[in-house]
Amino acid sequence: MNISEHTAQAHADKTVGEPLVKNAKMSMRGVNVFYADKQAIYGVDLDIGRNEVIAMIGPSGCGKSTFLRCLNRMNDTIDICRVEGKLMLENQDIYDPSLDVVPLRARVGMVFQKPNPFPKSIYDNVAYGPRIHGLASRRTELDEIVETSLRKAGLWDEVKDRLHGPGTGLSGGQQQRLCIARTIAVSPEVILMDEPCSALDPIATAKIEELIAELSENYTIAIVTHSMQQAARVSHRTAYFHLGKLIEVNDTEKVFTNPDHDLTEAYITGRFG
Amino acid sequence: MDKLHLDRHISRQFNVELEALRTQLLEMGGLVEQQVTDAVASIESGDTALAEKVIVNEDRVDDFEIELDEQATLVLARRQPAASDLRLVLAVIKAVRDLERIGDEAQKVAKMAIALSGEGANRRGATELRHIGASVLTMMNQGLDAFARFDAEAALRVVEADESVDREYKTAIREMVTYMMEDPREISRVMNVLWALRALERIGDHVRNICEHVVYLVRGLDIRHISLDEAEAKILNQ
Repeated sequence: MNISEHTAQAHADKTVGEPLVKNAKMSMRGVNVFYADKQAIYGVDLDIGRNEVIAMIGPSGCGKSTFLRCLNRMNDTIDICRVEGKLMLENQDIYDPSLDVVPLRARVGMVFQKPNPFPKSIYDNVAYGPRIHGLASRRTELDEIVETSLRKAGLWDEVKDRLHGPGTGLSGGQQQRLCIARTIAVSPEVILMDEPCSALDPIATAKIEELIAELSENYTIAIVTHSMQQAARVSHRTAYFHLGKLIEVNDTEKVFTNPDHDLTEAYITGRFG
Repeated sequence: MDKLHLDRHISRQFNVELEALRTQLLEMGGLVEQQVTDAVASIESGDTALAEKVIVNEDRVDDFEIELDEQATLVLARRQPAASDLRLVLAVIKAVRDLERIGDEAQKVAKMAIALSGEGANRRGATELRHIGASVLTMMNQGLDAFARFDAEAALRVVEADESVDREYKTAIREMVTYMMEDPREISRVMNVLWALRALERIGDHVRNICEHVVYLVRGLDIRHISLDEAEAKILNQ
């Protein structure tokens, strides 16, 4: 099936708003996800635009993280998980069986809820990816990648004097920015963030949000968040998931002032759905 | 009746806070409506005691303004409302301002009532004052009703009514100019009638603003600074 045939598949509940964009970086059509017999995602059609920040929101268990994890095949690690549909990164079919997921995950990087630096030095945390992907042939090149990545992650000034100290010795917010630096180091095109600030205090959160705004100039970012205010602050478009269905996708400004769907309205205003 | 489901929040305290905002705004609206009613009655009847009462009660309108602004600020700070809740808080903040201005205009009418008192019921301009006064009071009543019932269509009809008040006002001004030309000794007295007419016309404008806030609150549409036809089209096309 080609991508338009997937779109043509009838969905019982149509997503309201504008899930599709021109100039998409990633295009997902007719995505169904199952954990064994239980279906977690129902027929999602969604585009992620180039250099846009898209926020995915919804109550716990709505499938937003599951969907995010399909975008770089993180769900492959779960045996009982099955993904159907067409997921494209530009012209690359993400679920092409012959595709090697390691370079895919370099193109589509991921930052997790809890900062998870490797038990290595700050320098080695950032240098790890470029080393395994063979991105630097000389030590000076590697040094440069490490410095640039740490600068882009807004962490350089805080760690430049202790690059060989352990990454785990940093504060929570610093660790999360280290993980972002580690992701950036392999020059990804898309960065997926799964609740990147939920373990951080407001100051560290503000720094990450500032970083997201800066990064969006060069990267495409998809962020799952439980904080509605965060989605409102950092994203250009917002996608609302409910019970595995993509209910509404619209410009963030619209979603938070005048959403199209009653379920979206109920969720963002804290009403009973 | 409650289209916005103000009582459906998971936080019951939030329900209470939003409902309190709405109720207080309507209370303020009731007081201001009474002020306009009394001001119009005092200028029609020459009842200076009633006019004095309007002037004294203006302080209560001001108190409401301060109280409601404070409550709205607290809701914003505590709840970071979104979507219809956000629009409600914004509409209340804006409507409070318009109500306070209406209170000021009612006070001006009352002052003119005192200045014009003792001239008898047949003085020039009485018909115009009665006519525009009645139109503006109807607008005020229907405008507050539209807010209470979150009724965008009713609000739009009030906006329409304001256009006819504006036309009546222009006609009345021409009449007053004619009176002044006919008898220059009347100029200072007719000027007072003019001020009162002007205040009534401004009340109409503020009621119109409130109704525009109602449309924004209910539909999320901004119909300010566009023609009535455009506003109707915008609502229909939604």
